[in-house]
Parts: sequence; structure tokens; C-alpha cells
Amino acid sequence: MRPSKIPLVTLILVLVFFYLPIGFLVVNSFNRARYASKWDGFSTRWYERLWERTDIVAALGNSVKIATAASILSMILGTAAAFALHRYKSRFQEAHRLLVTVPLVLPDILMGMSLLLLFVSFGMQLSLITITVAHVTFCLSYVALVVQARLQDFDFNAVEAARDLGATKIQAFLKVTLPLLAPGILAGGLLAFTLSIDDYVITYFVKGPGSDTLPTLVYSMIKKSKDLPVINALSSLMLVVTFAVVAVSQRLTRPTAV
Amino acid sequence: MNLPKKPELLSTAPSLLWLVMFVLVPVFTIFAIAFRPALPAGGIGEGWSMDAVRALGDPSYPALFMRTILIGAMTTLACLAAGLPAAYAMARLTPAWRSRMLLLVIVPFWTNFVIRVFAWQQILHAEGYLAQLFRSLHIIGENDRLLGNTAAVVLVSFYTYLPFAILPLFAAAEKFDFGLLDAARDLGAKSLKAFFSVFVPGIKQGIITALLVVFIPMLGAYVVPDMVGGTGTQMLGNKIAQRNFTDRNLPEAAALSGALALLVLAPMFLRRREKTAAA
Repeated sequence: MRPSKIPLVTLILVLVFFYLPIGFLVVNSFNRARYASKWDGFSTRWYERLWERTDIVAALGNSVKIATAASILSMILGTAAAFALHRYKSRFQEAHRLLVTVPLVLPDILMGMSLLLLFVSFGMQLSLITITVAHVTFCLSYVALVVQARLQDFDFNAVEAARDLGATKIQAFLKVTLPLLAPGILAGGLLAFTLSIDDYVITYFVKGPGSDTLPTLVYSMIKKSKDLPVINALSSLMLVVTFAVVAVSQRLTRPTAV
Repeated sequence: MNLPKKPELLSTAPSLLWLVMFVLVPVFTIFAIAFRPALPAGGIGEGWSMDAVRALGDPSYPALFMRTILIGAMTTLACLAAGLPAAYAMARLTPAWRSRMLLLVIVPFWTNFVIRVFAWQQILHAEGYLAQLFRSLHIIGENDRLLGNTAAVVLVSFYTYLPFAILPLFAAAEKFDFGLLDAARDLGAKSLKAFFSVFVPGIKQGIITALLVVFIPMLGAYVVPDMVGGTGTQMLGNKIAQRNFTDRNLPEAAALSGALALLVLAPMFLRRREKTAAA
């Protein structure tokens, strides 16, 4: 008896469903018309308009600054966490593992709300710093997850060999372990970077007045129904960046890359 | 519990201290602030008060909680209904096609959330092509809207969470021994019966993960109901944001967040106990 065609048809429909809205957005960003209800000819005017908007450029700058700081910090903290979780099996590490898991499962709004209350009760001024702290907190767990997966198939014999040949522990770590794990750590950092650039909910809770990131600015533009075609253009550019990042990270995480 | 040795402490301390500071302490802060009085100007007052906790007795809240759970459940079921056959189909492909399809599922997962919801807002817009089409086919009336209702919230939530559901389902399906399905069919089971009595139990762990990664964030959903929903589709997350940013009543926002935290954590702890019991 032949297997059913239903699953394959579902898969194809699902993929069409995934890309149709994204495609609609990109096509519409080249629409001359102000409203999406009719096609008024091809135009790049909304892309030109984009560069005139100083608030968008400033928000992009904030987003890049935060994402860079958050991904570097979370790469360090997340890699250390992954090492500890991989290397030691104690009750202490069980508690550690539970804490690393919480940001992965906690709904964004709870994370944002709880950090806001922390910052307010300690009298901390809301700023780019508080946004960065919040981003490091959830990025750390994702980096730990990615690096831990890498450690599972890591060959510790190479480190043993280096030690046998007279390398100190620190030398072995810096010259053998770290370079071998670098693709995994970088993939984690890249994931952290995109998560940070993408985040809206948590940022919205912990941002101070005037410290907009790209998503919070876009969101308020959407809510005010202001310059919607400009958002189309901006979104399309962000999609291009996402595709590039996914392509790079696929290269890094491919099993043969080690 | 023995105190851990120095190398273990050194590698654990950075992340552990960070997470205690910015995850554990903040979660406890939610519960503490819920018992603080609110200042009229928007701050948190001194001393203790039961006002915010008592405000949880608001007569509109049971409906709010029910709506949140219902929209979350509908979205989760929809994700499972589409995700199961899709993951099954992916797992049956050749390895080369499998990784291509996986990439196609991952890209929307990496794509900005706000942008994806915005795309739908435009598609479902009152003057958009879809509304025009539905009106000309008399599927909806002249004054009916595609935005602002529960269906819109569930549809767009389904769109944003489906990749999250497919990934664990696929990870489990990839490890599934499809020989079992063929055996069931050889023994006379119909395709559909074989799918539900052999494949579905075989990837149970993946299904549980998929349920959790959709349902738990849905309980705290805020962006989707805010952008494509209306006053009738307000969810718990919207109420928290409203208490926080519009009413500037942090203790009441904290009390609601505490209720949400309990709602989210309860199933997790139940599962942990189940797991420990099984082990």
C-alpha cells in the first residue's frame, strides 16, 4: 500500500504559508502607492525615504551597539556555563542547569516585567545599559545551549595529547580547546546577536525614554500608523540581513566544519 | 551537598551569579512588589499593602484568564495539527532535502517577530486584498473586519509559533524508526491508523516539547493581540502592559505577573516531579 500524500502536501502548504506574508512585504516595499490595497507601479522611493529618517538611523545604531555588547558578554558567560555543565555532574550543577533553562522557558513579558521591577527597586536609571543587561540574560542561555551541544561531540583526547606534550592547562585551553570550539561559540554568538536585534517585548519594558532600538521604534511607528511603506522597506532590508546571518551560521554549525 | 571544588566554582560562578542577579532575584521581586502600595504618581510606595493582590479579584479577570488559556490552547492545537504531518514528511525525505527543508523552517524562526506580525496586519487590513476578495465573494459582510477578532489572533500566533513547534517534532521524527510504520501497514493497519497508533506515540517526547514551546509563551502573549486583536481579544500580557504603562500601577502589574508566573511554572514543576518519579 502506498504511503499517504497528505503529510508532504501539508509540508508544502506550510512552507508557502511561511513565505507568502514575507514575500508580500518585500513586493509591497517597491510599491509606489502609500497603501497596500493597490499596486501603483515600481518605485524605490520608500528606501530613499529611509535614509532621511535620523530616528531610524539612531535606533539602528542603538540596536547594533546593544547586540554587539550583549553577544560578546553572553558568549563569554554562556561558554563558561556550558563548560561547567558539561564537565561537572553535581547537585550544584543541577541548580545551575535549572537557572540556565529558566530564561529559555520564561515568557518574554515576565522577563521584561521582572527586570523592570528589579531596576526600579534598585533605583537604576533605564537606559541602553539596562537593555543590554536584559539581553545578556536571555542570550547567555542560548549560547550555553549551542556550545553544550558542541561539547557533546568534542574530542577531549586532543587536549590530553597537548597536556602530554607539555602544555600547561591554560596553554592547552587557549591553543587547543578554544580554537576547536570556536565555530560553536561563534554560532552561539551569532544567534545571540540576532535574538538581541530582534527582541521587542523585553526591550520595551526595560528601555528608558529616548533609548529606542529598531524593533521598539518600528513598533511605535506601526501603532501610530505612520509611514507604513517606510516600515516595509526597512523590514525588507532586515530580512536580507537575516538571510545572510542564517547562511553564515549554517556554515558554522555544519558538522563537517570541525 | 558537598561544597564544589575550585575549578568547578571558577567556571560556574560567572553565569550563576549573573542568573541569580538577573533571573532569580527579579522573579522574587515580582512577588515582593505585589505586596507594596502604589503611589498615585506611578512609583512604588513604602511599607506593605494588600491592595494589588486584592485587585486580582477584579470581576473581569476570570474571563481574561480563560481567554488567555483558550487562545493559547487553540494556537497550540493548530500548531500540532500542521506541525505533525509536516515533521513526518520532512523526516521521510532524503538527507539532502531534509536539511534544505529544515533551513526553510529555520529562516522564519530567525526573522524579526514584529515584522512578521506587521506583514499580517497589512494582509488582514480592512482595505487589503484579502478583505476585498472576501467581500466580493460574500464570505464577509460589507462592514466586517478581518482584524480585531479571536480568529486573527489565533491565525497570526499560529504563523509565528509554527516553526517553534516543527523543530522539536522534526528532531523526534528524525530519530523515529519508520520500519515500524511499514510493519504496522503490512499487518493491515490503514495509513491514518498507523500514523496515530505508531508514529504519534513514537515521538511523544517531541510532541510534549512542541506543546510547551507554544503554549507557555502564548500565556504571556502581548504583541500579537496588541497588533492584530481588538478590545475583545485582550490577553493577560496586554493587561500587564496596560497596568504598567497606561495606569502606571507597578504593584498591580506585579500581582498580575505573579499570577502569570504561577500559571507558567505550575506545569513545569509537575513535569519535573513526574520525571523524577519515572527515574
